[in-house]
Amino acid sequence: MSTTPPRTTSGPATRLIAPLRAPAAVRGGALHAGAWWLWALGLATAASRTTNPLLLGLLIAVAGYVVAARRTDAPWARSYTAFLKLGLLVLAIRLFFAVFLGSPIPGARVLFTLPEVPLPDWAQGVRIGGRVTAEGLVFALYDGLKLATLLICVGAANALASPARLLKSLPGALYEAGVAIVVAMTFAPQLVSDVQRLRAARRLRGRPDHGIRALLQVGLPVLEGALERSVALAAAMDARGYGRTAQVPPAVRRVTAALTLGGLLGVACGTYGLLAAEGADYGLPLLLAGLAAALGGLWLGGRRSVRTRYRPDRWGVRAWLVSGSGAAVAAVMIWAASYAPQALQPPAVPLTAPTLPLWPAAGVLLGLLPAFAAPAPPRSAPEPAAVTRRKRLPEPPGGVPGPRADRPAMERDTHDARPDGRPDADSEEA
Amino acid sequence: MIRFEQVSVTYDGAARPALREVDLTVPEGELCLLVGPSGSGKSTLLGAVSGLVPHFTGGTLRGRVTVAGRDTRTHKPRELADVVGTVGQDPLAHFVTDTVEDELAYGMESLGVPPDTMRRRVEETLDLLGLAELRDRPIAALSGGQRQRVAIGSVLTTHPRVLVLDEPTSALDPAAAEEVLAVLQRLVHDLGTTVLMAEHRLERVVQYADQVILLPSPDAAPLVGEPAEIMPVSPVQPPVVALGGLAGWSPVPLSVRDARRKAGPLRERLTGAAPRAVADPAPGPPVAEVSRLAVRHGRVEALRGVGLSVRPGETVALMGRNGAGKSTLLASLVGMHQPASGSVRVGGGEEEAGHGGVVPHRTRPAELLRHVGLVPQEPRDLLYADTVAAECAAADRDADVAPGTCRALVARLLPDVADTTHPRDLSEGQRLALALSVVLTARPPLLLLDEPTRGLDYAAKARLVEVVRELAADGHATVLATHDVELAAELAHRVVILAEGEVVADGPMAEVVVSSPAFAPQVAKILAPLPWLTVPQVREALETAP
Repeated sequence: MSTTPPRTTSGPATRLIAPLRAPAAVRGGALHAGAWWLWALGLATAASRTTNPLLLGLLIAVAGYVVAARRTDAPWARSYTAFLKLGLLVLAIRLFFAVFLGSPIPGARVLFTLPEVPLPDWAQGVRIGGRVTAEGLVFALYDGLKLATLLICVGAANALASPARLLKSLPGALYEAGVAIVVAMTFAPQLVSDVQRLRAARRLRGRPDHGIRALLQVGLPVLEGALERSVALAAAMDARGYGRTAQVPPAVRRVTAALTLGGLLGVACGTYGLLAAEGADYGLPLLLAGLAAALGGLWLGGRRSVRTRYRPDRWGVRAWLVSGSGAAVAAVMIWAASYAPQALQPPAVPLTAPTLPLWPAAGVLLGLLPAFAAPAPPRSAPEPAAVTRRKRLPEPPGGVPGPRADRPAMERDTHDARPDGRPDADSEEA
Repeated sequence: MIRFEQVSVTYDGAARPALREVDLTVPEGELCLLVGPSGSGKSTLLGAVSGLVPHFTGGTLRGRVTVAGRDTRTHKPRELADVVGTVGQDPLAHFVTDTVEDELAYGMESLGVPPDTMRRRVEETLDLLGLAELRDRPIAALSGGQRQRVAIGSVLTTHPRVLVLDEPTSALDPAAAEEVLAVLQRLVHDLGTTVLMAEHRLERVVQYADQVILLPSPDAAPLVGEPAEIMPVSPVQPPVVALGGLAGWSPVPLSVRDARRKAGPLRERLTGAAPRAVADPAPGPPVAEVSRLAVRHGRVEALRGVGLSVRPGETVALMGRNGAGKSTLLASLVGMHQPASGSVRVGGGEEEAGHGGVVPHRTRPAELLRHVGLVPQEPRDLLYADTVAAECAAADRDADVAPGTCRALVARLLPDVADTTHPRDLSEGQRLALALSVVLTARPPLLLLDEPTRGLDYAAKARLVEVVRELAADGHATVLATHDVELAAELAHRVVILAEGEVVADGPMAEVVVSSPAFAPQVAKILAPLPWLTVPQVREALETAP
C-alpha cells in the first residue's frame, strides 16, 4: 500500500534529492494532525466550487493518491474505504431520486418514461415516475459527484490524521471533553466486534446467525457489555488521576464563569444582530467582544486543570507545505470560478461534453504535494524474525518466548489482534 | 506502606459485609500475594487500597485504610493516583488512548508532570518493560502479554510506590505469564515497589511472593504470613505444595527447584510403580475428523494443514501460545469459519457411522447443535435471558427436547442456584456451568471448551474436572483449548500443541508434555524423568504401595 521510494541511494542525482526526500514518519517528526485537516478542507472547498466531473474526478484521484502514499497501518486509516462507499451511496441515492422523483431540469432528450403516479392537486410540484431525461440524469450525476467528492476529502483527512492527536491540540479547558470523544471513538470499533462475536455465538445456541432478528436479539447483551466496559474504564481513569484539579482562588473561578457566560451571550446577541435586519451596526462589535470574552474564559479555565502535554505535535515546515497545498488548491479554484465559470460549471442544458480546463486542473494537482512532502509511514516489510522462527517449528514450542497475538474471544480473532494484516505482528518479542 | 485497621466493607443492599474486620500491614518493597476462593473479597480488598472502594463502587467502609500515610477516606482515587497504580483484570478496559506511547504518558499528563520529565520516564519505562519496539503500535494490535505489560507500564510512569494487580496472569499463556512476572520481580527488587496482587494461578506466582494474605471467606479473618507458613493450611494449593504435603516435606517447597532437591527419596519410592493410565476411550468411529484444514483471516493464515481426529469418550487438550490458532480450530468445528482448503466433519454417531457426520459450515445451526457444542471463552456470550429458568426454557426450545431437560442438567451442575437468579449475578464458575448445561441440552457427542478455567478458583476448577470426566465416561468427546497445564494433565487423554496455525505435537499427555519446559505440569517437572503428571496419581500410588 505504501509507495515510498526505495531506501538505497546511488548516483549523483539521487544524492542531490536525498535530503529533500520526506523522512520516515516517527513520533517526533509526525505531521500536525491539523495540517492534514486543512489540506483536506482545502480540497473540499475546491470541490464545492465546481460541478465539472473531470475536475471532481481529478480531486478524488489526488486525495486517493495521497492517502495511498501516506496513510499508516493504524485502525483509523482504514476508514477511507468506508468514506468511499459512503460517497458511492450518496451518488446512487441522488440518481435514484432523479429517476423516480423527476428533476426540475427541463430536458429534451427523453431516455425512457416511467409510469407516473397520479397525485392530488395539493401535491402540486411533486412528481413520482414520469419522463426521465438525459439532462436531468447528467445534472444529478454532477451534483451527486460533488457531494461524494466532499465526503471523500473528509475521509482522506480521517484516514491520514489521528483523531486523538487532533484532540490533543485542544485548549486545556476543553481537555476533558476531548478525552470523552477519544473514548467514544475507541468504543465504536469494540461495539462492532461485540456484535459480530455475539451473532456468531447465536449459532452455538442453534439459532440462525444471520438476518435482522439475530442483530436485534444481540442488541441488549451488546449494550450491557458496553455499559460494563464504560464503568470499568471510568474506574481505571479515576484511579489514574483523571479529573484532578488545581486549587484556583475563588475570585478567578468567578471571573472565569462570568467571562465564559458573558462571552457566549455576547456571541449569540452579536450573531443575531448581524443576521437581523436592524442592528447591523452593533452586531459585529458585540460578536467580537463576546468571542474575546469567551476565549479569555477558556484560557482562565485552563488554569484549573493541572494537566501537561506529552510530546505535542509541532507545526513545522512540512505542516506548512501540506496545509499550504490545500489552501492553494482552494484559492486556484475560487479564482477560476470567477475567471472561467463556464468550464467549472458545465451546463446540463443543452447537453455538452465537459472539457478539462487547463489551469484549474494544474491547480488541483498542487494538492499532490503532501504525497512527497509529508513524512512517509514505515513500510510493513516482512520481518526477518518470522523466517528464523519458522525453521524452529518442529521443536516443542514450550519455553521459546515467541510471537503471540491475543485472542480475547473466539470471533475477535486474528482480525483484531493484528489489524495491520502482518502475519507476525509480535515477532519483536522473540 | 499499606495498612488496614479493622476494615469492614458492606456494599449497598448487601446482607453481609464483603470484607470483615481486616487488619493487615504490607511493608514497603514486598511482593504480597492475595489468595482465596471467588467471592471471598479479594477484589474489594484491592479496590480499598486504590480508594475505588468505596469512592467509586459505593458501599460503606468502616475502619481505616492508609496507603503511604494517606487515608483513603479523605483521598479520592484520583488523589491517590501518584502513590497507587492499579491494573484491573481486563487490561483492555484500562486503556484510555490508542497508542502505546500515549498510554504510558496518560497518567503523567493527568498529574501534571513537566514535559521533559514525562519524556524521560516514558523512555525509561519502555526499556524497563521491554516495550521499546512497540512504542508506536496501536493498542488494539498488541497480544495479551504485551497488553498486560503496557497496562503495568502505564501506571508505573507516575512512579507509584504501590502497585495493585488483579489477576495479572490468568488470561495469559505460560510464556507470557513468565514475562509479566519477571517484570514484577524486577520492580520489587530493583525499584523497591510494593506489589499487592490477587491471583488464582498459584502455581505461577507463589514462589515469588514475600507474603501471602489468605482470605478463606468473607466471614473469616484473613491469615497473613510467609508463603511457606500459609500454604500448607490454605484450602487452595498449587501442585508443588500439595505434593510437598503428601510427601511430608518441611518446610513446604514453593518452587519446582526446592521440590526437586527434596524429591530424591520420593522418586526412588515411585520408580517401580507406574501411574494408573487414564482409561482409554472405547474405540469407535470418530466424532470429529479434521484433515488438512486451512483457515484464513484476510491475509493471515490462521490454520495451515491441520489434521485432528477425536474419538468418542476422548478428552483432547489443545495447547499453544495465544494466537496459535486454538480458538480458530474450535470455531471451525462449529462452522464459524469457512475452510480455505481441507475438510471438517463432525458428529455422526453410531447410526450414521461410515457417513462421517456433517460439514459444520454448511449445516443449519439448529441441526449442528445435535452434533457439536462449543462453550466460548466468555460463557456470557451464550446467555441472553433474564433468569436461569428462562435461559433453560429457551435452551430446551432451541434443542427441541422435552421441557425441563436443561433445568435438570443445571440442577446437577449447579445445585444451589435459584430459578430467578440473573445470569449476570452468577460467579464465573457458575456462569460456565450454566453455559455448559445449555450446550449439553442437545446432547452433542462432541463438546468444545475454549479456555474454560479463566477466572475460576480451585474449587470451581475441581468441579469442572469432575463434570468433564463424567461426560467422558458417558461417551462424550471433549476438546478443550487451554493454557492451564495442570488442568490438561488431570483431564486429557491426548494433547495437541499448535504453533503458528500448525500442529507441532499430537500424542498422549505424558509423552508430549513432560519434555516441554512451558507445558509440563509442576509434578512432572519435579518427578522427571518419571512419568507422573498430577498429585492425585502420586497419592494413589503411595496409598496402594506402602
